[in-house]
Amino acid sequence: MAKLTETKHREPLFHVVKRDDMPEWKAWLIRVITILVGFLFVGILSMAVTQKSLGDTYSIMFTGVFGRLLEGSTTMLWKYLQEIVILLCLALALTPAFKMKFWNCGAEGQALMGGLASIFCMIQFGEKLPYITLIIVIAITSILAGAIWGVIPAIFKALFNTNETLFTLMMNYIATQIIAYYVYIEGGGSNVINPVPFGNFPVVGNNDYFVNIAIVAVITVFMFIYLKYSKQGYEISVVGESQNTARYIGINVKKVIIRTMLISGALCGVTGMLLVAGKDHTINTNLVGGQGFTAILMSWLGQFNPFIMVLMTAIVVFLRLGVAKVADTSLLNSSFSEIIVGIVILMLVACEFFIHYSIKFRHNKKEVKA
Amino acid sequence: MSKQPAIELKNITKTFGKVVANKNVNLTAYRGEILSILGENGSGKTTLMNMISGIYFPDEGQIFIDGKEALISSPKDAFDYKIGMIHQHFKLVDVFSAAENIVLGIEDKKYNLNNSTEEIKKISSQYGFELVPQKKIYTMSVSEKQTVEIIKVLYRGADILILDEPTAVLTPQETEKLFNVLRRMRDDGKCIIIITHKLHEVLSLSDRVSVLRKGEYIGTVNTAETNENELTEMMVGKKVDLNIQRNEPKNTEERLTVNSITCVDRVGATVLDNVSFTAKSGEILGIAGIAGSGQRELLESIAGLQRLEFGDIFYFDPKTNKKESLRDKTPMQIRQMGVRLSFVPEDRLGMGLVGNMDIVDNMMLRSYSKGHSFFLKRKSPKDLAMKIINDLEVVTPSASTPVRRLSGGNVQKVLVGREIAASPTVLMVAYPVRGLDINSSYMIYNLLNEQKEKGVAIIFVGEDLDVLLELCDRIMVIGSGKITGIVDARTTTKEEIGLLMTKTDDGKENNNG
Repeated sequence: MAKLTETKHREPLFHVVKRDDMPEWKAWLIRVITILVGFLFVGILSMAVTQKSLGDTYSIMFTGVFGRLLEGSTTMLWKYLQEIVILLCLALALTPAFKMKFWNCGAEGQALMGGLASIFCMIQFGEKLPYITLIIVIAITSILAGAIWGVIPAIFKALFNTNETLFTLMMNYIATQIIAYYVYIEGGGSNVINPVPFGNFPVVGNNDYFVNIAIVAVITVFMFIYLKYSKQGYEISVVGESQNTARYIGINVKKVIIRTMLISGALCGVTGMLLVAGKDHTINTNLVGGQGFTAILMSWLGQFNPFIMVLMTAIVVFLRLGVAKVADTSLLNSSFSEIIVGIVILMLVACEFFIHYSIKFRHNKKEVKA
Repeated sequence: MSKQPAIELKNITKTFGKVVANKNVNLTAYRGEILSILGENGSGKTTLMNMISGIYFPDEGQIFIDGKEALISSPKDAFDYKIGMIHQHFKLVDVFSAAENIVLGIEDKKYNLNNSTEEIKKISSQYGFELVPQKKIYTMSVSEKQTVEIIKVLYRGADILILDEPTAVLTPQETEKLFNVLRRMRDDGKCIIIITHKLHEVLSLSDRVSVLRKGEYIGTVNTAETNENELTEMMVGKKVDLNIQRNEPKNTEERLTVNSITCVDRVGATVLDNVSFTAKSGEILGIAGIAGSGQRELLESIAGLQRLEFGDIFYFDPKTNKKESLRDKTPMQIRQMGVRLSFVPEDRLGMGLVGNMDIVDNMMLRSYSKGHSFFLKRKSPKDLAMKIINDLEVVTPSASTPVRRLSGGNVQKVLVGREIAASPTVLMVAYPVRGLDINSSYMIYNLLNEQKEKGVAIIFVGEDLDVLLELCDRIMVIGSGKITGIVDARTTTKEEIGLLMTKTDDGKENNNG
């Protein structure tokens, strides 16, 4: 009997234990190591697929991102920054909602609606309004369009406690179809809208993207201050942490949900404007290209801190562009780049697990005499 | 007296991260005895018992059952060793009958409810339980549910029973009944381990007492040879004065009148039924009752968090002598009316504070919205945080530590400190010492007494009747959402309050158990 119970009752192979005590520097060390391992992994995998040496792979990645930067050409660098700010702007837009634990999965749709407002104004008023007025009209309508698209699920959440994740996701599909319809009408059946020459953001110092980059830089700083030092940011944190506490101290929870989603949607609308007026000057259903979803991860990996988000988006965009170049030179398609970026993001998420939990394996206990 | 050791713990150690919950604990419990495990909250009592019942696995050390080493890595293993644990929070299926709950999960017998019912009746009569096996759980009182839990483990043949704070939810009468049953089980040769922090229960029930302090085993004494003071000293590590001071109320005047209020919950059930009372300045009004009798709803009604169906609440402003209605006002409106109402809710980290925020930001909860600036002002909350940390001896690495990392007592000091700092005229506290160590508890009592001296009207919802009797001036008893009596705390007895707690409309007692 004793034998039997002993074989039956064995300690499990490992326990997962939550830990709360890892010092900040150590957590960051783990993150940096993860990123380095991620890069190494990317290099080795690319090498295996493309049959090129590791050094070659990295140098192709570098040219894919920075181009001929070493020879003094900054064209690609600006392009890289442009890609960063679009993703960053979406991540910043989502952050206040996420901090409130409102899972806004509708950045894609909100940005599309912002973009639609921009292109609509550019086509309709482009020749009629003076340039400055036109830009202002574009800005206002885009922000409103994104805000409206974001606030609809918020109103339903606040009044009827609907599930915001499903609601915002569904709003994406509606937005996509509206764009498809608009393109069909405006493109005269060809399903393509030719670039509109009106209401484009100004070229500053020979640089197409400077305005976009400057706008997002301002938004980054604003968001940091808003979340950390404003009363509204404080209310967002309280509502996100505990709606009970919020009610207890007299915060109007419904109002905060609606107000925050107005801001979140508005910033998505801004991103749509940056994409249309500041970059593409046209629109199609693939305008945002899934970045609204990547932005969810960027906001999380940035721990809702705008400045960490800058770093995270820089890394992810670097990988995306770099590996795309590797794929390009080896006649692989863009899926390869997406696979690689996906794996590295997964590694970053996994490293957060090991920062917050530790695994204890079965151990041989010291014998104690009965 | 040749008692058999039923269970022996040798050098048991368990850590959670950096926190040592149990350190080299040695413990022996014999058959035919009741052993109390005594210790303050956070002393590792429950962790230790969870290791015996298979919920946790010890990091180091061994457990011996009947002299043989046992490896218990799941509650199922514990059952195989005939160990049964009765948790503080019951784990029963509401829509099932008592008998169905009892046989639930037993695999090796053919499902025959009639046979099982017979066996349940046999167990009941053997130990003196009162239980109708066909009764559904949702129609049962708390003490009946507890009976089901106990019979459940007996039915599975347990002869080592562990009860975690079994009296926390019982009235004095129900407690006495439970103790009688436990004594009968002891005489039947079972080993009973009861976890508690109530000294008088330890003394009246158990044969021996083992004391834990901060996860360490301090010692075991025979109950007959000890007293409250000695046990307290073992528990706390130093001598503690157990008397609570109580001065006569001075200059009392009406401060808050609750006038026939009725509230319903989300599904429309009445949670407060025609409740009326008056809280006076300079007085502590205690509220006693079985947990969940409407205490929370009552305080939340006053704080503007609960919609009133009927009735009204009036506040008498001491400055203007005006009578103002608080009905249908939000907490923000109440504050803007100049009503200085402070509220220490039962759920400290889920309602009174934000666990992930630091002390400074938690101080701001009450005051952040003042002024028209878009930005927060952290200067005065920071000063307040430092003052509370110093005055109330809050143990924290810094003012910027998230409050969820503080121990229960320190969390409560932060919350009570903030609420008192608002210099209230009405102070409502719900279970303010639950989970607190003795020193912190007495500090809270002293703070309440200070406020009373300042002329604050205090409403104190408590669970420990001994404390209510010692601290309060008047005690209001609430049962199923109704006020069943308001008594003078100086002259009443525990028994009287116990009877009021279970009194129903027609004056008959509803004392199931």
